Amino acid sequence: MGAPLPAPAASRLFLSGNEAVARAVWEAGCKVAAAYPGTPSTEILEELAHYPDVYAEWSVNEKVSLEVALGASMMGARAFCAMKHVGLNVASDALMTMTVTGTAGGLVIAVADDVGMSSSQNEQDSRFWGRFAHLPVLEPADAQEAYAMTRVAFELAERHRCPVILRLTTRICHVKGRVEVGERVAVEPAGFTKDPRRWVMVPGNAKPRLPLMFEREAALAAEAETSELNPLFDGSDLSVGFVASGPAFMHVREAFPDAPVLKLGLSCPLPVHKIRAFAARVQHLVVVEETEPLVESELKAAGIACHGKDILPRLGELAPDVLRPAVARLFGGAAPAPAHVPAQQVFPRPPTMCVACPHLGVYYTLSQMRNLIISGDIGCYTLGAGHPWNALDTCISMGASMGMALGMDKGRGAADANKKVVAVIGDSTFLHMGMQGLLDITYNRGNVTVLLLDNRAVGMTGGQDNPATGRGIRGEPAPRVDFAMLCEALGVARERIRVVDPYQLPVLFKALREETKIEEPSVIITNRPCVLIDHYQPAKPYRVLEERCTGCGNCVDVGCPAIHVIRRETEVKPSGKEVALSFVRIETAACTGCGLCVQPCAPEAIVCAEAPQPVQFLRKQ
Amino acid sequence: MARHKTTNILVCGIGGQGVMTATEILAEAALSLGFDVKKTEVAGMSQRGGVVTSHLRFGERVLSPQIVPGEADLLVGFEAAETLRWAHMLRPGAVALMNVGRLVPPVVNIGLFDYPDDPVAEMRALGLTVHAFDASALALKLGDIRLGNTVMLGAMADRLPFPAEVLRQAVLARFASRKPQWVAVNREAFELGRRAVAEAALAGSTASW
Repeated sequence: MGAPLPAPAASRLFLSGNEAVARAVWEAGCKVAAAYPGTPSTEILEELAHYPDVYAEWSVNEKVSLEVALGASMMGARAFCAMKHVGLNVASDALMTMTVTGTAGGLVIAVADDVGMSSSQNEQDSRFWGRFAHLPVLEPADAQEAYAMTRVAFELAERHRCPVILRLTTRICHVKGRVEVGERVAVEPAGFTKDPRRWVMVPGNAKPRLPLMFEREAALAAEAETSELNPLFDGSDLSVGFVASGPAFMHVREAFPDAPVLKLGLSCPLPVHKIRAFAARVQHLVVVEETEPLVESELKAAGIACHGKDILPRLGELAPDVLRPAVARLFGGAAPAPAHVPAQQVFPRPPTMCVACPHLGVYYTLSQMRNLIISGDIGCYTLGAGHPWNALDTCISMGASMGMALGMDKGRGAADANKKVVAVIGDSTFLHMGMQGLLDITYNRGNVTVLLLDNRAVGMTGGQDNPATGRGIRGEPAPRVDFAMLCEALGVARERIRVVDPYQLPVLFKALREETKIEEPSVIITNRPCVLIDHYQPAKPYRVLEERCTGCGNCVDVGCPAIHVIRRETEVKPSGKEVALSFVRIETAACTGCGLCVQPCAPEAIVCAEAPQPVQFLRKQ
Repeated sequence: MARHKTTNILVCGIGGQGVMTATEILAEAALSLGFDVKKTEVAGMSQRGGVVTSHLRFGERVLSPQIVPGEADLLVGFEAAETLRWAHMLRPGAVALMNVGRLVPPVVNIGLFDYPDDPVAEMRALGLTVHAFDASALALKLGDIRLGNTVMLGAMADRLPFPAEVLRQAVLARFASRKPQWVAVNREAFELGRRAVAEAALAGSTASW
């Protein structure tokens, strides 16, 4: 991994919000930073790994990353962890006690909400965690603010001796803008102070700390009233005034340049008095927040009349094209919509698995088997729910495939008595939250076959490392977990653990059939790396002999994006039955010669292309 | 174009085509002229063959990073059907630059959906000005499909509110620092794109930026 030297101070850089946060974390003299990759937060730690004087790690999950950060904070060091919204749910157990102990060295938690749901299983508003844990929440509105607020967050955290939540959204994390950066300050850890009454949270020690937590909250509330983080932008048109935070603030300024706006940078605790005074000056007060009516509810509870989700959507982004008509309706008029041609109906283009992806063989095999109930998990594996495989029946949250499979096994009635329960999970996902579920399966004698798809990467987020890859965050060698031994240690019988090459379809099929037949926990581990990482060695590409292709379409069922149907025909069998035929070709430039499509091709029409092509289209260089 | 106005450029295509890289280079060119610049896209799953759009806005001061439908000054489509998908983002009178090269997804392959017969004609039927040419073929002629994004950058070069040379320098500077052996072929790809779109403009409608 390349480690470019940090840009000099006071230079203006073109940074994404994630890169800006990383820069500020480094400048703030942070000593320890940890995260589990998750869109849209992933790049923060990737970027931090470029800075040699910060300890950076990929943790196995978000709870662990927060624990690592707290441990460093106890030493008096500045500490940081980053996660996506659902990650904070995982970390919440630690968070809810951390708010009682408080912290020593400044601890900042960056949480990236996926407003608009670009790649998540839900859209949740992490600001609730600030209320739930009585912790301050900062909400930057663009990359420059993400940078500035991260630096402020460390100071705020140290002043109030508590973690600070930096709430980001996709439109902060993945938006690039100009950012003026500053100097790094060196912060020497103050050292650990033994204080069991503070750090050992047994009831006798925790009870006297609860009032301190509320004192802290009151102090923060007073600070919010006068904080420069909550500025008022005056406007000439007082018919409507806005309270807005995060990217929604930028959208409001864009859509209503003449309206006054109270911007909430420190949005928890809420500066209620300041907002009340503002509300008195404007005809209508509109709260613009992504995604839940959190501030709106608090204002209404305080007796401040306002509009919010009565006119604005409760989900998705609040971009100018959403705001303009909503506010126009408030005045009984229609918004002047920009003239444009209507959106055209074009086929959907969902994400697909890559050419030669080792999971193709697994999902193809699963799609060819009958009487399976397949419990799925987060990551590229979720793509198996799509066409042509349709080989995934559930997907809830990371690691949930294990426990759910056990529940399916135990909860089944007569209708499902003959079904086999299979759980599919990836390597990093298994280490994140799956292991405990497998332990539950073995301990409670579940009849589940686990497919552990080890592609040696956190594939969906871009191939980050984990304890199964043999590398750390900076690409340095690291111990590599042995999944077969791990599964055995978790209670799976040694003879029920198979390691299988996912490109060998007959072997995979046989292993699956045998293991699903046996009524005890079993694990099939696949062992080929992600085609986007490692030093993936492509083999010679294949092509289709047109004269031999019978149009059976077996190869299409594999689902490789390099296989294209060039002609469709309908054949009427002697029995009178109509059969659809699909004649194919292989995109030789994309094919990496994995050989998966060759195996189900009955007429042996797929052969090695004579000359290997120089172009590898879908592969990272 | 007046400097106080925000220029909105929407670049669209498919994960893996270099949409984000091309927009990044365009952003660097705008930055080098002192504009305020914001650039955004939804990445996440798009790297697995899904839809990619990259919004670029520059001007004196840019607030929202997103382009509102009907307010794009230029639509640059790296794939034929994708250009059609985002046609509604254009403002009236604006121009679409379109690679007619097709990337057919699995859902079309297995017969669940149809690929549009003639995306160029469909866009023109909507009253839009489309400069269409085969950027993929031009890239392949130079030996590598990945040169397609430089071809598209070349196509944009004469339709920006700043000189084409600024963009050309931004393209070449990027390769000069990372892959110097690729500078020459990218210079050629850039010029091929410039010429191709000029010819397409002559052949098609006379309306332009």
